[in-house]
Amino acid sequence: MSILLDNPIPFRGGVRLAANKAQSLEKPSTEAFLPSLLTIPLRQHIGSSAIPIVKVGEQVLKGQKIAHDQGFISASIHASSSGKIVEIANRPVPNPSGHSVPCIVIETDAKDEWIEHAGVEVDPYELSPIDIHDRIHAAGIVGLGGAGFPAAVKMLPGVHSEIHLLILNAAECEPYITCDESLMQTNAKEIIDGLEIIRHAVQARECVIGIEDNKIKAIAALRQAIDDIGETSIEVVSLPTIYPAGSEKQLIKSLTGLEVPAQGLPLDLNIVCYNVGTVYAIYNAITYGEPLVSRVVTITGEAIKQPQNLKARIGTPINELIEQCGGYIGEVDRMLIGGPMMGFTLHNDTAPVIKTTNCVIATTAVDVPLPQPVLPCIRCGDCAAVCPVNLLPQQLYWYARANDYDKVQDFKLFDCIECACCDYVCPSHIPLVKYYQSAKAEIWDQERQRMKSDQAGQRFKAHNARLELEQEQRELEQPQSQGKETIKAEIDAAVKRVKAKKAEKDNQTIRHKDKADD
Amino acid sequence: MNNTNIINSLHKHDGSTVAGVMLRVCIAMIPGLLCYIWYFGWGILIQCLLAVGFALAIECLMLRQRRKQITLFLKDGSAIVTGLLFAFTVTPFTPWWITLIGITFAIVFAKHLYGGLGYNPFNPAMAGYVFVLLCFPAQMNLWPSVSGLADVAPGMVDYMSMIFLAQPSASNPIDAISGASPLNHMMSQLGLMAMVSEIQADPLYGDFAGAGWEWINMAFLLGGTALLFMRVIHWQIPVAMLAGIFIASLLFNLYDSEIYASPLFHLFAGGTMLGAFFIATDPVTASTTPRGRLIYAALIGVLAYTIRVWGGYPDGIAFAVLIANATVPLIDRYTRPRVLGENQ
Repeated sequence: MSILLDNPIPFRGGVRLAANKAQSLEKPSTEAFLPSLLTIPLRQHIGSSAIPIVKVGEQVLKGQKIAHDQGFISASIHASSSGKIVEIANRPVPNPSGHSVPCIVIETDAKDEWIEHAGVEVDPYELSPIDIHDRIHAAGIVGLGGAGFPAAVKMLPGVHSEIHLLILNAAECEPYITCDESLMQTNAKEIIDGLEIIRHAVQARECVIGIEDNKIKAIAALRQAIDDIGETSIEVVSLPTIYPAGSEKQLIKSLTGLEVPAQGLPLDLNIVCYNVGTVYAIYNAITYGEPLVSRVVTITGEAIKQPQNLKARIGTPINELIEQCGGYIGEVDRMLIGGPMMGFTLHNDTAPVIKTTNCVIATTAVDVPLPQPVLPCIRCGDCAAVCPVNLLPQQLYWYARANDYDKVQDFKLFDCIECACCDYVCPSHIPLVKYYQSAKAEIWDQERQRMKSDQAGQRFKAHNARLELEQEQRELEQPQSQGKETIKAEIDAAVKRVKAKKAEKDNQTIRHKDKADD
Repeated sequence: MNNTNIINSLHKHDGSTVAGVMLRVCIAMIPGLLCYIWYFGWGILIQCLLAVGFALAIECLMLRQRRKQITLFLKDGSAIVTGLLFAFTVTPFTPWWITLIGITFAIVFAKHLYGGLGYNPFNPAMAGYVFVLLCFPAQMNLWPSVSGLADVAPGMVDYMSMIFLAQPSASNPIDAISGASPLNHMMSQLGLMAMVSEIQADPLYGDFAGAGWEWINMAFLLGGTALLFMRVIHWQIPVAMLAGIFIASLLFNLYDSEIYASPLFHLFAGGTMLGAFFIATDPVTASTTPRGRLIYAALIGVLAYTIRVWGGYPDGIAFAVLIANATVPLIDRYTRPRVLGENQ
């Protein structure tokens, strides 16, 4: 029984945006030049930083693991070309704060020499799902759509539970970004193969490609690739081009009519979604044994001479890619990483491309004007009309601004996907999503603080109990003359006292905590 | 790249502005204004100019007192809309100083003392109108006669004299240029135990609801529909408010059509259409949830009908709007829509 709808249905809300995609698709995507220095951050994903396993001065080969993943949600890092480690230090990277983070810097030797690596000798469909998972894990692959969630971790529940539907998220709904689109035009076969491998790994009953209907060439290429393979039941479903069609929950709603539970995951519906770039990386990891060392990046915007897609090694400085695209023209007003809706401004164009860098936009003041002055909310409700999650953005804004964190959660702050449709239509030009982001950060922070103080409290109690016990034991040890029986009885009594005290204290702290919670 | 901007907000915008919203509201009032001038002469235009002028001046003063950016907030156009709505609600004979008092109450008390644009719980124009209606009932109930029906329709000189000198001009006595509005007439005649069919035989009731007023309402309906298509207002408020009036009047009309006037009369009398498309839709003071808007506006419709039929005032839109404004926080609270994926 299929859970797919015969025809996709529109999701609620959303906005129609000028695509601005044609300019970067004029030229076919090409390999980026090898830079002299590669700056590779230790953390390019959601989860904990990887731990460097190389030393300064060491020679590394392309594809060699240089940092090991740490903890359950993490991904390892590989050298994206051969050369010498020259530094492990803080460097600016593309992030919203502009803060420098730990990076491994490689001076390349121009040989671009691969480490010995090999793909599967057997048919990949004979690999066990867990074997596929391990290879993806070893390749350091993360979601290349922007969030950077480790791909293997995402696959694991699929390996262990029943998956009804595997979705290739090819919607790429943000304006300007074309890295997935260009990859589908040039490497459709590999993407379909990669999708089949994932399908095998998660044992998905059905598999569908959701793609916006303005990507005509990509749709044709995918259909061609499917025809060439022949034995596949992958379906290509074209969706109306409405932002944010590529948002996971909206995509699932369009394709299946099902709603991912609030604050839940697609897995709750036995669905998994993968992004185009990720699937391509998985294909390379399984077929050739290549770790994730490069990705396609869209270099575009009105201030770029020849916008195009480049296949860049992770760690390549962004300004070198821009030079390869003919450099800047006109007055650069802003540099964005990601799209104009959910992207952030880049502080420094020497920052490197990282695993999640899908697009670099250099804008002029004419094309992307500076924001207008912010006026008070007039409660027009346009934000609610376009919200794809059916939130009340103006109410969220009101409570977020008042720092009323209970109310803001009553109004389902954590269901906000930060797509910024509300910002886009706000006649008062209020940066609504910024308020939601800082409210979320504040709530997480409070949560962490509370956990920390709870832990500290527990440690303190344990510490006190231990001290008391020691004290009692010392007191008991002093009178040597007493018989063994009495000592034992006294020890027992002391232990009992301590236990009683501890229990009382626990009660008290619980009561205190209750009060504090009130 | 040197000196590029670091901006922590969205980089694309659909270009809508508060001023743009207000401008469209003003433009959509033009058909109503023209129609008003056609039937009742130039008085309404003088009122509009006076009210908007006073509104801008007082807004400017308040912004200065509150140390706000004067040009930024004056340009938002909200004071102009308040002025226009006030002018359309009061009688065109209103003396200038009453207009000044009404506008002062609207801008100072109903708007700025609550925090200015976006923070006022009550519709400023309606608060100002109700204030002067309560303070100056005699002046507020003097309506001009409709051109075509009366021997003398009030002209520019009559209006100038009434507005600026608070007395009729030398050539036309007050009785010649004034007359009851259909709502006033209906109320007083019903009070005298007349039957609706008898009452409506009077030429004052025009082609289907009330001479002049029916077409002014029609013009506001037209302008309001344009606002709907321009997506300045949401459909729920006008539809629910008109439905509220329609259903309430229909039920009583079916019960006894000689005591209760027809839905058609109520829909096209007095300030119904102005209220449904321009006053109740004021986003700041209306409910913001889709279901909430339906409840809020239906409440206005039913209240307005109730006040018209059983209350002490011939028209009830202003009171109904203010009462409904007070219920908005409660309505908003209980009508939050189901978010995607919630409790299926």
